[in-house]
Amino acid sequence: MIAELLDGLKGLKSFPRGIHPPHRKGYAEAEPIRLFSPKQDLLIPFVQHIGAPCEPIVKAKQDVAYGEKIADASAPVAAPIHAPLAGKVGAGTMAVLPSGRRVPAIPLTPAAEGEPVPAHFLEQYLDRNWGGVEPSGFDPDEICQKIRECGVVGMGGATFPTHIKLKRNPAKPIDTVIMNGCECEPYLTSDHRLMLESPEAIVVGLQLAARACGAQRAIVAIEANKPDAIEVMRQVVRDRPGVEVAVCATKYPMGGERQLIPAVLGRTVPSAPKGLPLDVSVVVVNCATTHSIARAVVRGQPLTHRVVTVTGLGVSRPGNWLVPFGTRFSELIEHCGGVSEAALKVVAGGPMMGPTVPNLDVTVVKGTSGITVMTEAETARWQETPCIRCGLCVDNCPLHLSPTKIAHAVKFRDYGLAGAYDMNACCECGCCSYVCPAHIPLAQYIRAGKDQVRLKAAAKK
Amino acid sequence: MSVDTAKEPQGDVVSSGPGGLEVQPAPHLTDPITTRRLMLDVIIALIPAFLASLVFFQWNSLRVLALCLIGCLATEYLFNRVRNKPNSLSDLSAVVTAIILAFSLPPTLPWFAVLMGAIVAIALGKMFFGGLGQNIFNPAMVGRAFLMVTFASLMTTWVAPAAEPGPPVPTDRVEAVTAATPLAQIKPGDPERPLPETWRLFVGRTAGSLGETSVIALLIGAAYLLIRRTIDWTIPFGMLGAALAFAAIAYLAAPGKFANPMFHLGAGSLVFGAFLIATDLVTSPLSKSGRVVFGAGCGVLTMVIRQFGTYPEGVMFSILMMNALAPLIGRWMRPTPLGGKARG
Repeated sequence: MIAELLDGLKGLKSFPRGIHPPHRKGYAEAEPIRLFSPKQDLLIPFVQHIGAPCEPIVKAKQDVAYGEKIADASAPVAAPIHAPLAGKVGAGTMAVLPSGRRVPAIPLTPAAEGEPVPAHFLEQYLDRNWGGVEPSGFDPDEICQKIRECGVVGMGGATFPTHIKLKRNPAKPIDTVIMNGCECEPYLTSDHRLMLESPEAIVVGLQLAARACGAQRAIVAIEANKPDAIEVMRQVVRDRPGVEVAVCATKYPMGGERQLIPAVLGRTVPSAPKGLPLDVSVVVVNCATTHSIARAVVRGQPLTHRVVTVTGLGVSRPGNWLVPFGTRFSELIEHCGGVSEAALKVVAGGPMMGPTVPNLDVTVVKGTSGITVMTEAETARWQETPCIRCGLCVDNCPLHLSPTKIAHAVKFRDYGLAGAYDMNACCECGCCSYVCPAHIPLAQYIRAGKDQVRLKAAAKK
Repeated sequence: MSVDTAKEPQGDVVSSGPGGLEVQPAPHLTDPITTRRLMLDVIIALIPAFLASLVFFQWNSLRVLALCLIGCLATEYLFNRVRNKPNSLSDLSAVVTAIILAFSLPPTLPWFAVLMGAIVAIALGKMFFGGLGQNIFNPAMVGRAFLMVTFASLMTTWVAPAAEPGPPVPTDRVEAVTAATPLAQIKPGDPERPLPETWRLFVGRTAGSLGETSVIALLIGAAYLLIRRTIDWTIPFGMLGAALAFAAIAYLAAPGKFANPMFHLGAGSLVFGAFLIATDLVTSPLSKSGRVVFGAGCGVLTMVIRQFGTYPEGVMFSILMMNALAPLIGRWMRPTPLGGKARG
């Protein structure tokens, strides 16, 4: 509570509760974005978004050009997939996503002759020359159409197709779009680097998003621990009327929609799973997503690469890489000096919410913001001891839930009781597990409980 | 994998993938705090009060504490042994129970009574419920309540604190000098004696239980716990606030009949209870608002017993009563999710 007051005095946007894990951004923070050109075959999963899986529209052994659409779906909630490199596609197979899910995929062998990506791809990707682009000149439906065609999805990790999120809904008008540049996950720096190296595209993308959904206000939200990005964004915004910069307190999970919206706008989003930001007339778009929106809408460039932070003590040369989708973790990590002896686990994403991968054959997909290779020194293993009902999980839950109550209900498989304690409102941020002095994996119990309820509901149907 | 966790509800969800990498649920960072560390903090916070008790009650203080430690630790060890459970002494919670119990006993309590209290505290107060985290009542207070019923007269025989510097005390055995506790002195029917000055109450040079008398020493420990965030402001605020408000109203309404609020704050174990007994994590409600109500209940009940009860002091009974109500308070004061109840 005192921390909130202090943040308020400093003019920082904040929310009650939440935690302050170590940042550990220093490993990769100063590393500029570089292009990664895989030598091995890519393995491109057909599910890189939330929604219906894509179907291949290329045949085995077919040559594909860079950016050619290789898979699409007719279902409304889906986004097509484009060839991240020029090359030859192989026969359909299966791939394991970072989440552990097995999905259909196709291999793609990079072309041996010529460049597999267009010339000056990195410069083009990080292009800062967006001065002449006027978002008001674009038609909202056309924006959504182009976003869909270029396969843009939420790149913060949720991978919800962006064209659906931005589609105008007369019943739920939107007045504000927030560009989420908080990057509150420790270790990760991909959004930070993108804001430093290609801020104009991000702001143009934000304006296009606002134009698409009919919002008057556009806000760039950045955590206070990235002063250089705040400075850069303030300069860019000067030439862009209607866009403002909001500096948020450095706190986890600042980048969660249900924390960011109250912090920046003072509006409370109704509880999940039914309540959504659009119920309070807000859309939150991740930083890398707005960047992709600008590239897609203005230049027609499909989403084929993303910036991935490879970081952690377990990797010798941390960095931020522009990586084509379908790149295996093993090749990327090898390029960064390989996994050290002390490495204990490899996390897809950041350490607070990212899942560990069972092996390094998993591939980079649209939602992969980072690869964190952690050693035992960084992620000590703790023995679970009995709950002492200290209430720290309750005091720190950013959604004001009672994690220990839900976890206990799940432990005894009383899913009705877990539901009565609002299990489904949980955003799985992991604050409860972080603060627990008994080191009970509370978030994991809650996740398991939600899975069980989902499976039971599916079985009924 | 998460489904497996529900089937096998254990924390140890570590497994090794084929690549030799560990598969573990997020988050992969944790606060290095442990239950043991929380208990250690409480023990550290009790050191000033122990030093004060050494000054005032001398070797009796050491004797009672040692007996409590032996009784509590041996009982917990034996229970785990008999039930084939892993030894839990290293979580230090039994040590905390032992110290709190010792601090709430009269310095001259005979050894057998102290031991019995310690055994009952751990056996009946904690292990019967299933060990750490499962008990409803504060174990130390269960032990003390047992002694209060079983050895009523021994539990209400008090000695004056060690002699003050100055003229020598007429007897050679200090502990033989019996004295009334300040709270007993204000009870109706007690022979008129001058009440101790307030400063004496705060320093702790009065008759009373081992660790409860020195308010200053207790507050030093409390400050440590608050700074370390081992406890928060909710329960002490609720308990002291409610007790003082009660005392102030009573005092203002009938100054001749009721003692002033500062007296109530300094006398007996109100401060000890508010910062170190009622704040027991296991037996207090989970939510902040629940803890304030819990504390306020303790404060009001303490004052009701002090003013109108048979016993001069009511901290123990009030905490035990509110312990019983804690689950209900938890249910009433459940935090509302941000954004309202989850639908569907």
